[in-house]
Amino acid sequence: MAVDETHISNRAEPVISIRNLYKSFGDNHVLQGIDMDVYKGENVVVLGRSGTGKSVLIKIIAGLLKPDKGTVKVLDEEVDKLDKKALQALRLKIGFSFQHSALYDSMTVRENLEFPLIRNRKNLKRAQINQSVESVLDAVGLLQTINQMPSELSGGQRKRIGIARTLILQPQIMLYDEPTAGLDPITSIDINQLINTVKEKFHTSSIIITHDLTCAKTTGDRICMLLDGQFKRQGTFEEVFDTDDERVKSFYEYNFIQ
Amino acid sequence: METNFNQPKRYVISKGIDRFFIEIYDIVKFILLFFKEVFSPPFEFQEVVRQCYVVGVRSLSLITLTGFITGLVFTKQSRPSLAEFGATSWLPSLVAIAIIRALAPLVTALICAGKVGSHIGAELGSMKVTEQIDAMEVSAVNPFKFLVVSRVVATTLMIPVLMMYTAFVALMGSYLDIHLNEQTSFIAFFEAAFNKITFLDFTSSFIRALVYGFTIGMVGCYKGYHTNQGTEGVGKAANTSVVVSMFFIFIEEIVIVQIINWIRINQ
Repeated sequence: MAVDETHISNRAEPVISIRNLYKSFGDNHVLQGIDMDVYKGENVVVLGRSGTGKSVLIKIIAGLLKPDKGTVKVLDEEVDKLDKKALQALRLKIGFSFQHSALYDSMTVRENLEFPLIRNRKNLKRAQINQSVESVLDAVGLLQTINQMPSELSGGQRKRIGIARTLILQPQIMLYDEPTAGLDPITSIDINQLINTVKEKFHTSSIIITHDLTCAKTTGDRICMLLDGQFKRQGTFEEVFDTDDERVKSFYEYNFIQ
Repeated sequence: METNFNQPKRYVISKGIDRFFIEIYDIVKFILLFFKEVFSPPFEFQEVVRQCYVVGVRSLSLITLTGFITGLVFTKQSRPSLAEFGATSWLPSLVAIAIIRALAPLVTALICAGKVGSHIGAELGSMKVTEQIDAMEVSAVNPFKFLVVSRVVATTLMIPVLMMYTAFVALMGSYLDIHLNEQTSFIAFFEAAFNKITFLDFTSSFIRALVYGFTIGMVGCYKGYHTNQGTEGVGKAANTSVVVSMFFIFIEEIVIVQIINWIRINQ
């Protein structure tokens, strides 16, 4: 069970609070009683094998999926109880970085970044829009790609642009879905550093979904290990893997061998 | 509410029949959502204009070729029958009636169902499987309004315009054949052609084209928006968009022709 929950007990109200969360797809019961808190300024890593429901968890947090049972509170608002308008307002405070970046492939990088900004900040002038776009592109180190199409970018660049697109709305919470999946080790390190930079520079709280232990160790203040639809272990990286549980040990060893 | 994971799945009638009714429910919900979103601000004017360009201009070459050949071939095929009765002078009006009443709306709709319907189905399908639609949703943008409403409005507006263009091009094809055989002048041809065409012929074709345009846009968007099973699903969405659009176009053709004929008789 949870290794150390005392180190978070004295903190302020959590920005994300999940209680007794269940989600199934037919006979596949992916989440079976998840409890979780994410505090302001904290990076929480959710570790687990593929198909264990990690992405489902953050999709429920973002309101893309509805839970079967349980409550998910984001910034004190219960996500699945919100009407369309309130959910849209809440989503402005949440940034979601998709596993495959999900860049709009018919738009240039500039248009990708402008797209949410123009539609959500109606009174912005052209100069302000340009400044916002250039500023977030600069923050992810890809200002030179501003007029390129997504198809012209590498996997790492696409991830960075995906993160930049979420940052343009200045979210309070970042949800990263497999940020280093499909990237070479060097690019993965760059992305891990970027996640930490985002936390420091934009003062975000984050959930990072991954099965990459380097990513977990580098970016996570706290690790939650998802096994059999539940967080079997929680704590720092060292605490989580200090166990005799064969499944946790093999997860570590497999990553280590890789 | 307690979730019982071990409870076996129950169907109201059977899996297939339940699925069929759920699909009907989803389609109705999709159409109602369109009518709700199309009249509520903010309006995506820029995207509608862009989609009108995609639907209209990009279909132009295919429509031109098909329309011209349709007019030309229809005139060639009709000549021998009319020549038997020495009535080749009726060719312009016969061809005009056939083109404006029946061929232009139907040919335009079928060509656009293939070209535009499959394009919409594949485009939205690939956006769905690559999570681009989810990305819009999480960035507080209404993807239905941006993607579906703009495309359906564009097809509904552009198919009637393309239909009129097809009618013109088909008449030009017909004129070419008649001019080469009977040395009829351009003005004489068009005078004879429009002599028998009534206001009802024009309006009924226009209304049919509107309905076909709406159908093509709606089917393409519905199939694309509900794509799953990865890249295989994208191909399936494009394919079924064309097949289902064409099926509905023929059904609508039968219904609308019956209504128009009833109006014509009771005029």
